[in-house]
Formats: sequence, C-alpha cells, structure tokens
Amino acid sequence: MKARAFRYVRPATIAEAFDAFAEAGGEASYLAGGHSLAPALALRLQAPDVLIDIAHIGALRGIVLDGDSLRIGALTRHAEALTDPHIAAHAPLLRMAAPHVAHPAIRNRGTLGGSVALADPAAEFPAVMLAMGAEMEIAGPDGHRRVPAEAFFLDLYQTALEPGELLVAFHVPIARPSHRWAFDEFARRRGDYAVIGAGVMLDMDGPTVAEARIAFLSAAATPVRARQAESCLAGRLLDAGAIADAQQALAGDLDPPDDEQTPAAMRLHLGRVLLGRLLGGLIDNAAVAA
Amino acid sequence: MNAPLGALDRPNSYIGRSVSRPNAKRLLAGKGRYVTDLVLPRMVHAAFLRSPYAHARIVSVDAEAARTMPGVRLIATGGDLARICQPWTGTLDHFKGMKSAPQLPLPVGKATWAGQAVVAIVADTRAQAEDAAEAVMVEFEELPPVIDIDAAREPGADRVAEELGDNICFHAKLDTGGIDGLFATAAHVVEEEFLFGRHTAVTLEPRAILADYEASEERLTVHHATQTPFQFQDLYSRHFGIPEAQVRVVAPDIGGSFGMKLHVYHEDMAVVGLSILLGRPVKFVADRIESFVSDIHARDHRVRARMAIDAAGTIIGMDVDDVTAIGAFSTYPRTSAVEGNQVIRLMGAPYRFGNYRAELSVVFQNKVQTSQYRAVGHPIAAAVTERLVDMAAARAGLDPAVMRERNLIADDAYPCESPTGYRFEALSHQECLARLKAMMDYDGLRAEQAVLRAKGIHRGIGIASFVEISNPSPAFYGIGGARISAQDGAVVKVTPSGEVRCLISVTEQGQGTETIIGQIVADQLGVAREKVRVITGDTEVTPHGGATWACRGAGIGGETALRAARALKANVLKVAAAILQARTDELDLLDGWIVDAVGQQRLSLADVARIAYFRSDTLPPGTEAQLTVAHHFAPQGYPFAFTNGIQGCHVELDAETGFVKILKHWVVEDCGRIINPLLVDEQVRGGVVQGLGAAFFEECLYDAAGQLTNGSLADYLVPMACEMPDIEIDHVETPTLDTILGAKGCGEAGTAAASAAALNAVNDAMTPFGATIAQIPMTPARLLRALGRI
Ligand SMILES: Cc1cc2nc3c(=O)[nH]c(=O)nc-3n(C[C@H](O)[C@H](O)[C@H](O)COP(=O)(O)OP(=O)(O)OC[C@H]3O[C@@H](n4cnc5c(N)ncnc54)[C@H](O)[C@@H]3O)c2cc1C
Repeated sequence: MKARAFRYVRPATIAEAFDAFAEAGGEASYLAGGHSLAPALALRLQAPDVLIDIAHIGALRGIVLDGDSLRIGALTRHAEALTDPHIAAHAPLLRMAAPHVAHPAIRNRGTLGGSVALADPAAEFPAVMLAMGAEMEIAGPDGHRRVPAEAFFLDLYQTALEPGELLVAFHVPIARPSHRWAFDEFARRRGDYAVIGAGVMLDMDGPTVAEARIAFLSAAATPVRARQAESCLAGRLLDAGAIADAQQALAGDLDPPDDEQTPAAMRLHLGRVLLGRLLGGLIDNAAVAA
Repeated sequence: MNAPLGALDRPNSYIGRSVSRPNAKRLLAGKGRYVTDLVLPRMVHAAFLRSPYAHARIVSVDAEAARTMPGVRLIATGGDLARICQPWTGTLDHFKGMKSAPQLPLPVGKATWAGQAVVAIVADTRAQAEDAAEAVMVEFEELPPVIDIDAAREPGADRVAEELGDNICFHAKLDTGGIDGLFATAAHVVEEEFLFGRHTAVTLEPRAILADYEASEERLTVHHATQTPFQFQDLYSRHFGIPEAQVRVVAPDIGGSFGMKLHVYHEDMAVVGLSILLGRPVKFVADRIESFVSDIHARDHRVRARMAIDAAGTIIGMDVDDVTAIGAFSTYPRTSAVEGNQVIRLMGAPYRFGNYRAELSVVFQNKVQTSQYRAVGHPIAAAVTERLVDMAAARAGLDPAVMRERNLIADDAYPCESPTGYRFEALSHQECLARLKAMMDYDGLRAEQAVLRAKGIHRGIGIASFVEISNPSPAFYGIGGARISAQDGAVVKVTPSGEVRCLISVTEQGQGTETIIGQIVADQLGVAREKVRVITGDTEVTPHGGATWACRGAGIGGETALRAARALKANVLKVAAAILQARTDELDLLDGWIVDAVGQQRLSLADVARIAYFRSDTLPPGTEAQLTVAHHFAPQGYPFAFTNGIQGCHVELDAETGFVKILKHWVVEDCGRIINPLLVDEQVRGGVVQGLGAAFFEECLYDAAGQLTNGSLADYLVPMACEMPDIEIDHVETPTLDTILGAKGCGEAGTAAASAAALNAVNDAMTPFGATIAQIPMTPARLLRALGRI
C-alpha cells in the first residue's frame, strides 16, 4: 500500500517544530527514525497532513555525563546503544538490550526517543528505561518537564506525552559498582519482538540484595515493573529460594496479553523461566564479586 | 548405484560442473528487471477494494464519489468484467466427481473469503487508486462463514457455493483390500492424528502483472511474473476471446515462484480485462498484505493414519484418512485436489509393503484458495509415514535407522510398483540411508544424546526418507483435459559469428534453469559455455512448452536442449564436411572447432557460420546449411521419473521454554544425472529451509470468523538465517534411462522431507518426558502444551 499524500517539513530547532505542529492544527506527526511511523503511513493506519522530521534538531542529540546521571538525547540511534562508551559504562542495560532490537539496518535508523515515545509494550528500550529508573525529559510549548519512567507509560501506546510535545532526552542514573545487570528475552526469531523479555537491576550488599528493579516487556499493556517479585528479593540472600519466590510472585505482577499463538499462561510461564535464568546468572556474578 | 561412464562423463564436460550463473551478478547488483520495474507509455495502475468478510453478499457498490477523484480512470465491478471474460472452473476430468463453482475476475453476488478483490480501481498512480478505493462504498451483508473442516462436511452445513449442493470438492479412495482384517491381526499397530498448518510461498518478488491491450491490432501483451507463460497465453486467449497468436506473455526476471506463480489469480484476470476496457497498459503489483490474502496457500491437512507391523518389525500395511480444506474455489487450471491426491499416493512410498487403504476428502471453506506449492503433498506424506515408522520402531524395540534398513525398498528390487500405483524405475533408498548415517555420524550422535540427556540437555535426532515426483508426462494434467504442456521445445542456432543461441520454453525464476540449459547446449554442441546465450520466458520468442512446474526444467527441458544441440551439431558437421570435402563421421565439433579423426583442428565454427551465411555460393550445390534447429521433447516411458533421498535433522529442545534450536540438517538425495552440483545443492538447501519453515515457523492463522490474523511479515514468521542450521548435502546418482541426459528433478527434494525429519527429531528429544507432537509448525506454545508445562 502507498501512504496518503502528506507535506514534509524539516525544522532545525525544537521551537520550529512546535510552530510546525501548531500550524498543522495538530494534524501532524513527528518523524524520527521512521521505522515505526513509515510502516504505519504505508498501511494507512495513520494519515497526518504534515510530517515534521525532527532528525535534524541538534538539541535532541548527544550522550553526555551529567553528574550522577547520563543524559541520552532522544535521537540517539539504536546502533549507538551498542557502540557508545558512555552507555556501555554507565547504562549497561541499554547496551545489553540493543542487540535484541530488530536487525542492523533498523538499528542504524531507529531512535531511542522514537521507541520510547511509541511505547510498544513489546519493545526493549521502554522496559529497560523502567528497570534503570530513567527520567524522561519532555519539551512542550510551555517549557521542559521531567517524568519518571514509572509515570510515563500509561496504557497501550499511551504515554505522558501530550499532543505536540517532544521527548528530548533520557536521564539515566549511572551504574554503581554494587549494581548487577541482566537482560534477556525469548523471541521466535532473532530480532523479532519478544514473546517475553526482562531487564533486571540488582543493587547488591555483598551476597544480599539491597534493592531490585525488574521490568518486563510483552507482559502487559505497557512495560511493567515486577514489584512483587522485586520485594521478594529485597533484603534477601540471592539464592534458589529467593528466586523461586520471585518467580512465584510474578503472577501478581504480570498481566500478559492472551492470544492463540501465545496464551497468557505461556507468557507467565516463560516470564518465570526467564526471571529464574536471569537471577540465577546473577548469583554466579554476585559470588564472583564477593 | 552409479551408472557406467558415458559420453556425458568426459573430463571436461560441462555436465556435472558447478558453472556459475551468468545472471547472478546482474541480479545481485540490483539490476534485475522485474515486472514492477517496467514503465510503459500511458500506463495506469490498479488497486483493489477487498472483502472485509470471509463470506458476504455484495448488496451494492457506490463508486460515484470515487470516480471523480484525481487521476481515476476506471472503476470496475464483477459485472463489468464478467461481460468480457469467460468464467473458469478449477476441475480436471481425471479427478472423477470433482466440482468447483465457476470463477470470474471479480465476484458477482457474493464474496467468499476475507481479502477477495471485489472492486477494481484504476488511476494514474497506485497511491491515487488507493485514495479512490477508500471512497468506494460497498454494502456487504455478512453470511455465516464456513471454516471448520468437520462442520463443513455435516449434512445441512452452510455452503460456500449454494449451487454445488455441499462443500465437498473431491473425494477419492484407494484400497488394496483386506485392511481391516490385517490391522486386527497385526503384531503392532501405531496410529496418530496429524495436523498440517496452512502456509504460503512468500516469494521475494510478489505477484506482478502489466497487461497492455492494443485495440487497433486486437493484440494483448502481458508482462507477467509467472513461471508458465504459455499456459497464460492460452488462458488469456480463450477467456478473453483473443486469437492465440495475438496474445503474447512475457515473463521477465522473476524473484521466486515455488509453484505460487502458475495459478490463475482473480486480480490478474481483472487486470487483463481492465486493460481491454481502457485500451491502456494497466499494472498491478501485489503488496505483501495483498499477497497474504490472495496468493495461494498450501497444505492444511488433517491426516488420521495408522501403520501395521509384524512381530519382526516389518511394515505390512497403512490406513490413511486425509481431510484437506482448500478455500472457496479449486484453483484453475491445475485444481486444488492435486495436493491431496499426491498425499494419499505418496504415503509410504519409500517402503516395501503391499496393503494400503486411503480416503481423501477435499473440502471447500471461506478462505483463500490452496494449491500447488513446492513439493505438493510430499511433506505431508513424508511426515505421516516417517513419524509412523518411528512410532512403529519404538513399538518393535528397534532403532529408527535399523527400522528403515529393514523396511526401505532394496536397491536391487527395481523396477517395482507402490501399493498406490506409482511405478518406480530405479531408486536408491538403502544407499542413501547408509550414506546419511555415515555423514551425520548417526551412532556418535546417539551416544552423545545419551550422555547429554543425563545432564538435562535434550537433543533429538530425526530421519526421514522420501520419494519425489519429477519429469511428469501428460498423465499429470493433460489427461485431465488441461491445456498444460508436458513437453518442451527449443530452438538452437548458430549466429554468423559462430556463437550460439538457445530459445527454450522452460523458464527461470532464480533457480538457474538458464545456466544448466547453457551447460547442456555447450557440452553437446561442442562450444564454450560463454558462447551460448539462453533466452526464455517470452511466448513470441521460444517454442511452446510446459515451462517450470513439478520439477521438470532439468529433466525435460534439459533433454530437449540436449537433443536440439545434437541435431544442430549434426547439421554443422554436414556443412563442415562439405567445406572440408570430408565425411561427417570423420569430423567432430570440440570447443568451437571442427576437428578431424585425430583431433586436429580443421575449421572454426565461426568460419562454418561465415561461409554458410555469407558465402553459400562456395558450398557444393545442394548443401543444406541448416544452422537453426527446432526440437520438441516429451517424456515417454515412465509417467513420472521418481527420485528419492533421505534427510536427517538434529535439534536441541529447551524443555522449559518449548523453544527448539535446529543444530544441523543433512540430506542425501538422488536426482539422477547432476548437471550443476552447485545449483542442485542450493535447490536442496533452499527447499530444506522452506521445509523447516513449515516445521517450526510458517502458518497462516485464521480466527473463527475466517480472518487471517497474521498477514504480514511481522507476524507470519519465515525462517531466517539465524535460525537455520548448516545443511550438509550428499548425492547418489541413479540416472533415468528414459532419457539420454538421465536427469530427474531436485527442486522439491529439500522441502519434501525436511519437516518430517524435524518432526521426528523433536519427538525424539521429547521421549524422556513421555510427550509427543503430531502437528506442524511445532511452535513453542504447542510444545509447551505437549510437555504439559502450560
Ligand atoms: C522490521 C522491524 C523490526 C523491528 N523490531 C523491533 C524490535 O525487535 N524491538 C523494538 O523495540 N523495536 C523494533 N522495531 C521498531 C524500531 O525499533 C523503531 O525504529 C522504533 O520503535 C521507533 O523509532 P523511530 O526512531 O524509527 O521512530 P519513528 O518511527 O520515527 O516514530 C515512532 C513514533 O514516535 C514518535 N516520535 C518519535 N520521536 C519522538 C520524539 N522525540 N518525541 C515525541 N514523539 C516522537 C513519532 O511521532 C511516531 O509516532 C522494528 C522495526 C522494524 C521496521
């Protein structure tokens, strides 16, 4: 299918982008990497009058260390999550998740901002933002605001972004030596959206878990924190018993979609297997570190 | 069993050499010229409004607003096209009692599957046509969809086509007699119900057609991404009432076909009609979503089958019931009953047993049509047979390989006949099995499996023998009244510069047909391969012939080229003999030179051609300089040249997740004379990948309302490189003696038994859990259910 006709504008600044959006009377879409938007246009699922290409707005770019957080511009490409040294050192979960996102050609164009703004519950980066405790920096005509990841993902494809607002950057608390990270997913084919996936951050106090942050993808209408599982771990020795409790608790945390191919019970089962494997892998790491 | 060395085996023969494909570089560089790339003066584009319902009455079509939209040239309904196109019916006479409703380019009255094209919109651009399609208002009245194969066969069921009386397209029975008694007294009986999902071809290049009707000359030219141009020349001529000689079908570069591009599609007939109505070239290229709802699907069988063995583990009989659902119509002109027919006839084909009973029911339902796709029926017959063989082996306490050693037809037992009536000239099952065991280190894998099982690693080993149908005679379609040629024709000529052109009716879709034809002509004529240009795919250029279907390009097309080249060589030598005042039997043509009995180069082919074309005055009076030869060849002797082989699959099952990693796959196959080992191996590999796709990934999923729920490449999973194992291939060569060349087909061998081997491997891996599966694709959800985890 062919997209319906649209106008294309390419602002150089955030302010110009807002002007363009206002001028279009809201019948506009921001275009970043285009790898989700362009298929939607081709399928005529979306038919905006104007495409506002934000890919040339400098203020949306750059990865800089800012005290104890890392500021990652919204236009950061998926591929940069694999290659950027700041991300590798300070936001390792992004790096761990990136190889699972699609394929090289898509990672070369797709942006972190586009992925998070779209908020596909099956996407890797939104879940990882939750697990890392990132804050989203949002710009609107009235200025900038920051929204924690927990408050950003509202429902299926719904976020705290108001119409016309732009996601500018992510502020990620940087990794500390006591942090342990793990990410994995089960996908039918390499690069596919996963049947289930999870990112884990453990803040360890020796062999004991001080704090756990676990976020799942493809497990509900939004990326979700597994809070009950997290609290099974907090303050406990990371051992088989704690892991089994956390796996059990997932039933209360996840609300997986149900379909013929992947019934909800299957996603919950796989979520448990996955969590067990991720945490099991961290036992060994914790032991090595101790 | 290898044949004695003959003329084709000389050391520098092109036959048997991995010559690279002359067109590969061009295609890799993105310079292929596909139908999509063609732009003709005054060309316009068609888009289709499709039925959102699986079964619905078309109450009204309101296109008034759409007609005045920018760029719109024509909006046509079923009635408009019915006035210029004769309906078609997908039945064959030799399938007794077969029925199917007549079909038209666009439906009149009702739509019978979700995605069926209902209204055609033609505009200056495809985007404009789609804009206008959004403005065409069709009122549908939903009818109850016929979806379930059992409900469809109930008396009084809702009907896909009222006028047919029921939903049965075709029914067949085979029975050698006494089956009930045999099974009642057999030492062991194993039985299973098998489910085979629908899947589809997913060619890289989708279906594409550009029809160009010139009213002043009453001429129709159709540029068509098809594998069978002559078949379509005939059909366009007869259904639109245009004399055959006025219809030209050109098949340019084609990006994959796999059987999918030889059926009559409603949109394609509509586009020809639209071009006639408009007097302009009209193009239609199916997009991926349209492909999923309008390309033929394949398989969709439920097979209940049982196998009886005696106390020693000898197979003594099979009893099979196959129900297959084919969509709303039987396809034209090859029908949708061929797959089921081949399922029940190929069942048990590699094995020696005499008692057989089978029943086939081919059922209509409100889904897109199913029909011939690579390895028609073979994967189903192979999976059912081979799984039953493994189950029987377990019951008899035999290793699966030993079970096959005992039961596969002996290599010296030929010629022989299967209980289903297939006649085998010469096959090599036992040697293939021995080679496979050595190649995969079968005993080593079994030992490793035992060690790993103790560590909680669950690997499975599966093997599957197969028989493949190739080189079909008119017994396939011609006998049933279809104007589908089983013969091929070639014109081979020497140009004035002594180069060679071969115009041949077999066609190229990426498999390398042109390459092997060039090899054969070069070899048999005695010139360098680079000097031979092969031209295919244009009804105005090549002789009439069957083209590409059912594995016939090498076996029949190759033999045609061989005989044509030999005839041309005889003519060349006659002219040379006249020039050299020698006897033809003293001369030969080698590497572009006329040589004498001692191998001395006497005259170049270029000089023979120069003299024949420009200085015929110097030739003795009465010399016949016939440097162009036309030759036709049709298979005679056996109605089909059966091939055979065996496959092995090694998998690792993650029993907690139901995910399977395919570790390795092996194939030993026997396609007779191998013309180009590289191309044969790649045919087999590609076929295996499609078979493994069916085994683990590919399935067209429908909901209860008859809606395809995964009709995009995001949701319909084709196998990709990361998931595919290394595929090792070996060959046994048992040439057919029905031809000089001795080649049989190899294009379907990979697909024929890959899913069967995978099914056995996964079941083998699940043995410690007491779990089994008899459904493909074997998805994680199905495996988790089989393992009792969810
Ligand atoms: C074949 C294929 C496979 C894929 N597989 C995966 C996968 O496995 N996992 C995965 O996570 N993703 C996958 N994707 C999606 C890919 O990661 C997308 O590129 C990404 O989700 C969107 O990023 P984008 O930059 O392309 O955004 P676009 O497509 O340009 O935009 C997406 C949406 O976000 C909005 N938007 C973009 N940037 C901003 C911003 N800064 N502020 C506000 N709104 C904004 C746009 O208006 C649009 O609505 C796949 C895509 C393809 C084509």
